[in-house]
Amino acid sequence: MEISTQEQKHVSVMSVSGRVDSATAPDLENSLKKLVEADKTQIVLDLKDVEYMSSAGLRAMVSTLKAVKRVNGDLRLANPSPRVEEVLRLAGLTSIFSIHPTQDEAVASF
Amino acid sequence: MRMERNLSVPGRFDRLQQVGYLVAEAAKEAGFDEDDVSRCQLAVDEACTNIIEHGYGGEDKGKIEVACEALPGELTITIRDQARQFDPNVAPPPKLETTIENLGVGGLGLHFMRQVMDRVEFSYENGGNKLILVKRK
Repeated sequence: MEISTQEQKHVSVMSVSGRVDSATAPDLENSLKKLVEADKTQIVLDLKDVEYMSSAGLRAMVSTLKAVKRVNGDLRLANPSPRVEEVLRLAGLTSIFSIHPTQDEAVASF
Repeated sequence: MRMERNLSVPGRFDRLQQVGYLVAEAAKEAGFDEDDVSRCQLAVDEACTNIIEHGYGGEDKGKIEVACEALPGELTITIRDQARQFDPNVAPPPKLETTIENLGVGGLGLHFMRQVMDRVEFSYENGGNKLILVKRK
């Protein structure tokens, strides 16, 4: 798994690639936590290049969503592949997360 | 034609990818498309994660044995561990379609297994847990 972050119009865009499973999800959660601790609570998570995600990845995303919602921020998702979208749907998270077809649309939604 | 693949790994999260490759190869031998290959990988990943987290109570506490048997249009995956006995009836169900405040992501692993596989069967025999996962085309 690889993670890169950039700032766009007061929104932090974190792009993730590769596998997000039990081995790598703690790294994703820590990276997201660092953003929140730096008061960057408007976050877009670009999932375009995520080839695989398990419930461990969802756990990292949900704990971050809870943290940013407490301070009126949001974690919005962009570009989930059909496979990642299926995992989100199976977990009942498609109505919990704001999901956008492109990174630009996710950024513009803030 | 029947094809078998076996793997024994230490119960560590960084070995899940290796298990995933084994399952993917077996699922392809069974003739599954990419989506079903991925679903089989997900079920096994969640099963192994639960064994490490809840069964053994952490990494490097015991091994996990995975056996795949591929027939045309059907894949049977058997996962064995020596962790404490797992009773799926006492595992908490996931909280789905709830509010953010109430949202928990515990129990998702078992839920995923049941959603993506055709058969999920737990048993305890000879001092170990045995999980049988079956997927049909």
